[in-house]
Amino acid sequence: MKSLGSIRRDFAPWNDPNAKPYIQFDNVTKKFGEFTAVNNLSLTIFEREFFALLGASGCGKSTLLRMLAGFEEPSAGRILLDGQDLRGIPPYRRPVNMMFQSYALFPHMTVENNIAFGLKQEGMAKADIDKRVAEMLKLVKLEQFAKRKPHQLSGGQRQRVALARSVAKRPKVLLLDEPLGALDKKLREETQFELMDLQQNLGLTFVVVTHDQEEAMTMADRIAIIDKGEVMQVATPAEVYEAPGSRFVAGFVGNVNMFDGKIAAGEAGSASINAGNGITIRTENAGSAAAGTSVTFAIRPEKIKVSSTKPAGAVNAIEGEVYDIAYLGDMTVYHVRLDDGQVVRASTMNAARLTEDPLTWNDRAWVSFRPDAGVVLTR
Amino acid sequence: MSAVTAATSSPASAAGKSTLVRLGEAVVSRLVIIIPYLWLLFFFLVPFIIVFKISLSQTAIAMPPYTPVLDFRSGISGVIAWFGTLNFDNYILLTRDALYFNAYVTSVIVAAISTVLTLLIGYPIAYGMARAPATIRPTLLMLVILPFWTSFLIRVYAWIGILKPEGLLNQLLLATGIISQPLIILNTYTAIFIGIVYSYLPFMVLPLYSSLEKMDHTLIEAAKDLGCPPTSAFWKITFPLSLPGVIAGCLLVFIPAVGEFVIPDLLGGSQTLMIGRTLWNEFFANRDWPVSSAVAVILLLLLIVPIMLFQRAQARAQEQDQ
Repeated sequence: MKSLGSIRRDFAPWNDPNAKPYIQFDNVTKKFGEFTAVNNLSLTIFEREFFALLGASGCGKSTLLRMLAGFEEPSAGRILLDGQDLRGIPPYRRPVNMMFQSYALFPHMTVENNIAFGLKQEGMAKADIDKRVAEMLKLVKLEQFAKRKPHQLSGGQRQRVALARSVAKRPKVLLLDEPLGALDKKLREETQFELMDLQQNLGLTFVVVTHDQEEAMTMADRIAIIDKGEVMQVATPAEVYEAPGSRFVAGFVGNVNMFDGKIAAGEAGSASINAGNGITIRTENAGSAAAGTSVTFAIRPEKIKVSSTKPAGAVNAIEGEVYDIAYLGDMTVYHVRLDDGQVVRASTMNAARLTEDPLTWNDRAWVSFRPDAGVVLTR
Repeated sequence: MSAVTAATSSPASAAGKSTLVRLGEAVVSRLVIIIPYLWLLFFFLVPFIIVFKISLSQTAIAMPPYTPVLDFRSGISGVIAWFGTLNFDNYILLTRDALYFNAYVTSVIVAAISTVLTLLIGYPIAYGMARAPATIRPTLLMLVILPFWTSFLIRVYAWIGILKPEGLLNQLLLATGIISQPLIILNTYTAIFIGIVYSYLPFMVLPLYSSLEKMDHTLIEAAKDLGCPPTSAFWKITFPLSLPGVIAGCLLVFIPAVGEFVIPDLLGGSQTLMIGRTLWNEFFANRDWPVSSAVAVILLLLLIVPIMLFQRAQARAQEQDQ
């Protein structure tokens, strides 16, 4: 059976109707004056899940996190954690900890005192605190920096101190606000995997806010795509990418080519889309859309093949002209202008070092794709 | 111009630059540092040496009213003669007469109490200002500075009208029935405290505000997030981080308050004893320049300790910022 790719195949409580949600946003609305940051939003997050809230800045994702932490109270609706309504519980009594985007390390305390801060608040015995702090320092590989002050550390080290401090109390839920935002690209990629390992090893529930789709795709079990205070889609990274629920999601995550058109003929399991200018797209993914429905056909660049001649037996092949080529080393991105003026983006992995059929600027070219390669969007 | 060239040109061309130009650059950069030192030399060190010199001389019925000391006109022999006549009688006098010792001690105690009171009043004001919406902060800052637009002397004088037995405060309290007898505040140490706290409050509020304002509020959120209730978060995070401001504010109040003359003179009356007034009396009433100079020198030595502490705190704060 064909299926979408997934990171943790054995972990999918969202597909289990009997699974108990761990965090529940029930019709939550948050207004700041006239501005609605979160609009009647509902979400469920499961225990031990690595959940990402993905959206552009100002979409309300950080407000969701701050409501979970207790820094903001919802204007309407309720938030449940492990069955308990969080309303009215101040941040210092919630069993959640947050890793701040700015790290918010206490500048007048050493690394070990920063990590011990939350434990001291709990009134833990000194010996236990020392043990836990040592454990945390080892976890983030900062043993030799215990006595340093935050300003004596590099950005990456500070990030790890912030992480150690926020997991030291073993919170039920760890909230991460743009945890890798301040790191450079290489360090960010390494840290993504470290975070995933950490989450697995500690068995915690992570809720991460990010505007970086790659980050969300890499780390999360499920991603909620937020726009203007509303959830656009909640799905696994593979579903979000391969089966976006709306034009917004398709356009927001990754690159996509979209063709607007109408369903022309409804056959069982297959349909034609009349995309105008003589372009007809045959697809197997039209679902239940009836003939005449206005739809958008979305297809990812890597699912499109570019060739100088019309491929034999191709179901979908459209002619155009190579308009732009970007060689990225591992792959090449072609921009092909179709005869109706629309530009199609196609990317090809450079699996071999030499190409037999090199295309160059202004060459006539055919873009072709399989009938199951794209998705049909009605929203 | 030449600095720009030096920064952008290649090492080869920099090496080729004439020695004269580089010498010129060095002189200019030194000059910039020299200016504040010259200022200190002419307006602090030289006057202090003069005062110190006078403190080692004897009173005389003359103009100026002390025996001349160290006469450079007679050359080396004059200097030798001066060393021969050198005496610390005036300093010995300060230790003999309990008046001076008491005045010093009282001044330090009054200044210390005033400083603590100013801190207790100034901290909430500065905290409130720093937490106020960013749009109204400049206005609040303006209001703190506003009293400086009126003469210090007049503002202190105005307090006489408020504090005297038939003054505004007593009238108000009598009218509202809180007291039946007028309070005697004027010409007591209480009046001095009120005067100092009122006059020096801006010097406390401004450094406190600047250290509180630049503090990252997410630190408090982080503390709460880690299980710290608001009051505890204040003492564990906000207060320690505002310490440079606390130290700066306290020294800015304490140092001038020790030598304060106007406030004890106008509000303290004759019953109170502070070193500023003692100094004034020696100088103007007794016309004893040498003794009053000795009083001033000792006062300066007393204050140098907190000033040096202040400098060290500043240096440490700067180090933290880096």
